[in-house]
Amino acid sequence: MADHSSPAEIDRQVKIYILVFVSLMALTIVTVAVSRFHLPTAQAVAVALTVAVVKGGLVAGYFMHLVSERRLIYWVLGLTAAFFFAVLLLPLWGQWDPIRILTP
Amino acid sequence: MEIPYTVAERPDTGLNNGKIGIWLFLASEVMLFGALFASYLMMRVGAAEWPRGDSILNVPLATLNTVVLISSSVTMVMAWASLKRKDFAKFRLFMGGTVLLGFGFLVIKYIEYSAKFHHDLYPSTSTFLAIYFTLTGLHGLHVVGGMAVNAYFWGPGAKLWRTDPEHFTNRVEHSGLFWHFVDLVWIFLFPVLYLL
Repeated sequence: MADHSSPAEIDRQVKIYILVFVSLMALTIVTVAVSRFHLPTAQAVAVALTVAVVKGGLVAGYFMHLVSERRLIYWVLGLTAAFFFAVLLLPLWGQWDPIRILTP
Repeated sequence: MEIPYTVAERPDTGLNNGKIGIWLFLASEVMLFGALFASYLMMRVGAAEWPRGDSILNVPLATLNTVVLISSSVTMVMAWASLKRKDFAKFRLFMGGTVLLGFGFLVIKYIEYSAKFHHDLYPSTSTFLAIYFTLTGLHGLHVVGGMAVNAYFWGPGAKLWRTDPEHFTNRVEHSGLFWHFVDLVWIFLFPVLYLL
């Protein structure tokens, strides 16, 4: 894990925080601007979620210090992500493959 | 008797206990919001028709709220960085700013909700509004909780800085992780509910 203690390191991180802040503002403008075009649903979802993932990645990576975190935290988050996608996608799979009740 | 590993890192994990604890808690929060997002997805996919978010909800106000919450994340991390720089005065400034921005978020949310109720739009009105109020309501409660903890560290909790500054810095870092998570949830909530 990177040493967060030295003044030089903290100064470097503060510059990164400001850069991330500006990026987040710009991406917020992008996501609202794109929504004005009323793209077809699939494209709109793809664009909106891509921008959200990038923004989320910046917050998680730099504000939450995940870019320089210990492996145990990565394992915890990896497991969490697996279960998150299971909760998201398994019900959809059930919707697309319903049990059909046959009537005589 | 002192609680161990509040500052020193455990030899087996390489982390202090508070950090492991907060990340495990955030993992549970991911599942909580994940379950609600999954419910939203199921209801939307299964619905015969679903309104565009911007046809019912106030996008400019929500965009302002996004700016407010992202700004509060910056002030939160700057509060922690100030403690690492041993600048307690700057910590109080940034932490105070974080709490005020959180309050600003709630004020804007109150304006949004009031407008909905004024136009007879309630959770019971439609499935869309039910999931909108549930998701943003639960998120709002998390904002209140985070603000309470941050206000404690700004106020009475700050006396720990005098006796054990490293422990206090770690506690602020952990509350910051929760606050950034609240921002992260909104980063996904905003486009999903308001823009799609």
